[in-house]
Amino acid sequence: MTAESPAAGDGPDSVPAADGSESLPADDDTERSPIEVSDLAVSFGDVPVVTGIDLRVERGSLVGLVGPNGAGKTTVLRAIKGTLSPDAGEVRLGGAPAESLSAREAGRRVASVPQETNLAFDFRVRQIVEMGRTPHLGRFDGHGPDDERAVREAMDAAGVARFADRAITEVSGGERQRVLLARALAQETPSLLLDEPTASLDVNHAVRTLELVRDLVDDGRAALAAIHDLDVAARYCDEIVVLADGGVRAAGRPEEVLTARTLRDAFDAEAFVGGNPATGTPTVTAFGAFGASDGSDGDGEGESAASPDSRRVHVVGSGRPAARAVARLAAAGHAVSVGVVPEGDTAAGVAADADARAVTAPPFAAVPAERRAEAVSLARKADVTVVVGEAGTAVEADAEPGDGTEANAAILAASDRVAYVGDDGEGGNQFGDDELLDAVRGNDASDE
Amino acid sequence: MSVWRRSAGWSAALAAALLAVVIASAAIGPVRIPPLEVVKAVLNALVVPAGIETTSQGVGPLTLPGVTLAYRSPFAFPVDGVHQQIVVGVRLPRILMGALVGFALAAAGTVMQGFFRNPMADPSIIGVSSGAAVGAVAFIVFPAALSATLTLPVVGAVDLGLSYGAGVSFFAFVGALVAAFGVYAIATRHGRTPVATLLLAGVAVQTFLGAVISYLQLQAGESLRRIVAWLMGHLSGAAWSDVAVTAVVVPPLFAVLLVYARDLNVMLLGEEEARGLGIAVERTKRILLGASALITAAGVAFAGVIGFVGLIVPHMLRLVVGPDHRVLLPSAALAGGSFLVAADTLARAGSTELPVGIVTAAVGAPFFVYLLVTREVHEL
Repeated sequence: MTAESPAAGDGPDSVPAADGSESLPADDDTERSPIEVSDLAVSFGDVPVVTGIDLRVERGSLVGLVGPNGAGKTTVLRAIKGTLSPDAGEVRLGGAPAESLSAREAGRRVASVPQETNLAFDFRVRQIVEMGRTPHLGRFDGHGPDDERAVREAMDAAGVARFADRAITEVSGGERQRVLLARALAQETPSLLLDEPTASLDVNHAVRTLELVRDLVDDGRAALAAIHDLDVAARYCDEIVVLADGGVRAAGRPEEVLTARTLRDAFDAEAFVGGNPATGTPTVTAFGAFGASDGSDGDGEGESAASPDSRRVHVVGSGRPAARAVARLAAAGHAVSVGVVPEGDTAAGVAADADARAVTAPPFAAVPAERRAEAVSLARKADVTVVVGEAGTAVEADAEPGDGTEANAAILAASDRVAYVGDDGEGGNQFGDDELLDAVRGNDASDE
Repeated sequence: MSVWRRSAGWSAALAAALLAVVIASAAIGPVRIPPLEVVKAVLNALVVPAGIETTSQGVGPLTLPGVTLAYRSPFAFPVDGVHQQIVVGVRLPRILMGALVGFALAAAGTVMQGFFRNPMADPSIIGVSSGAAVGAVAFIVFPAALSATLTLPVVGAVDLGLSYGAGVSFFAFVGALVAAFGVYAIATRHGRTPVATLLLAGVAVQTFLGAVISYLQLQAGESLRRIVAWLMGHLSGAAWSDVAVTAVVVPPLFAVLLVYARDLNVMLLGEEEARGLGIAVERTKRILLGASALITAAGVAFAGVIGFVGLIVPHMLRLVVGPDHRVLLPSAALAGGSFLVAADTLARAGSTELPVGIVTAAVGAPFFVYLLVTREVHEL
């Protein structure tokens, strides 16, 4: 026939799946990382999108690619897929330079789940999943038993078997996302690329999808996923790569990477990173950058402590209101301390997450003298002492020697400047972020 | 496997339908001939090679200079000699031409709709029909000048010695390919051919060539009538030699398209995803475009611009057999053959013969409207 078969030109490693479904090319060096990116640079026309990207995804590892919109996450994924050609640097798939691979060979090494898809025509879900076998088939091959098994397993795993015979144009957005995942699974590649795999899924399906990816990774695949939700990234990824301004801002284990400082640099947002009690993984709460006029810097040295607005702040109060104040002030880049609070108080826990100093004392007992002295000393060094909620009212009430209120009075006495927030006199404990931050900056009526 | 079996099933059924339409069509005309006699006449005309002879002249359509294949007729049914002549000599070439042209246009239309992911795409979308029209019209207007170019050394030392009709077809074919290549070249940057750009370049080139055709018509003088007839599409005057040329060109190109049917399915997901699924996208696009342009050019070179076959037949068949091109492409092609043969039978059945293009458009457009109104066709 006039058509040439690419199989003929691909060399011996293109014999379709005779050796089983996990048909890595025989000459593939399985020691090599499934995905290696070194010094990658991509530009659109004259506009550089990413530069100097280095990343590596090992077998059994799920790497999350996070970063603000426009940071180049999708661009990096596309460069790995081979749909963009890099201006510099190299992408290696299973040790082989991606540029040297035919589309077919690349399709047997890396499968991708796109963010969006244009699924035209009324194809059945099953037919879409079957298309995942394309890189394994020679031009004249039909689907063999291996292909049918792969398709069946992929549909079961992704939970699409139930609607396998419906038209793809008739299923919901979330179902469609899972069809695309099933298609990628049917490809049976050592690596998976996922671009916002849970963007259009409800919580249940989002979790199930990521658990499925997690399982696949634990079985030895490598996966690289662009993820917006930092909590999700922290929960499921072995490693997180933070992209910002076209470069890698940080990379490492989630707890190392997801810090208030990194997030402030990368996202230009004030963030508090705590521990999620249900999962034990970091959880990120972001605040819009307060006074963003000075927040957006181009230099990588934008260390939070060095920002001109950073103050030393001591927080007086306890429980959730104080915890909130500590978290928000720490996120804003202030050096925060809190105390004296009872041991095990919420504010003490948050202070630990925020790297803030917390002075604690045993609950329901007198404050030991050295703790009191420590708190007084912190307050003396602080630019401002913030009294949160009811603590303010209590201080003004009659204080007995040795109890917490008396300690607070001593702390206030030692402070340069005291600001009260959230004390409406009725024990409301309500305060807004702006009120808190203005109080610290000292441009508010609540100053002493 | 199972898909190809389904494909073969539909193809067999639609091939049988095409055969039935061909026989029925050959029976219809000013002289009515019973279908059974048509079959006998056709069988009588069949020849099989019986060996190589160097002396005698062959009786079949293909005669080779010097060495000649000897043919033998396996059948000899008693058929009225006039009927035999009407069926085999007059009607059959025209009918087979119609089948081939319909087959080619429907195949190309199917591929173009998938390729552009656009329901309004048809074989002429990349300028093939306009280019063919310019070539044909130019030859009709300036036959002497263009015949002369064929003897120029540049074109080839051989004087092709084309008859007038063959000259029209030849220039139509060349025009079609030049236009298609021009559209492709305009839309290609840095080795990539974005489909949207291709579509727009096709529109631009078609518009420009439309202006050229209009100008040529102004210059046409008394040949205007021929031009109009050609532009409306026609199958009259088809000779066995025309059928032979088309029959040699169309099937291999169709085979190429069929081989790439699965790739075309994957291409429907979008080029980026197709690439991720192991399709060499740009190469596949070139092959699909090239084969479609050639098969369309082969169709329109002889028959002129016959509209709607390549547009509605794929839509109709997609409703019946589904979107998988491995099934759809052969089904639509065979149905396109039947459709055009039936339309041409209608065109010549009346007292005055109509150009078949009028019939396909007159029948096809209302049917398409019906599909639109009933929401059977609303998107790809």
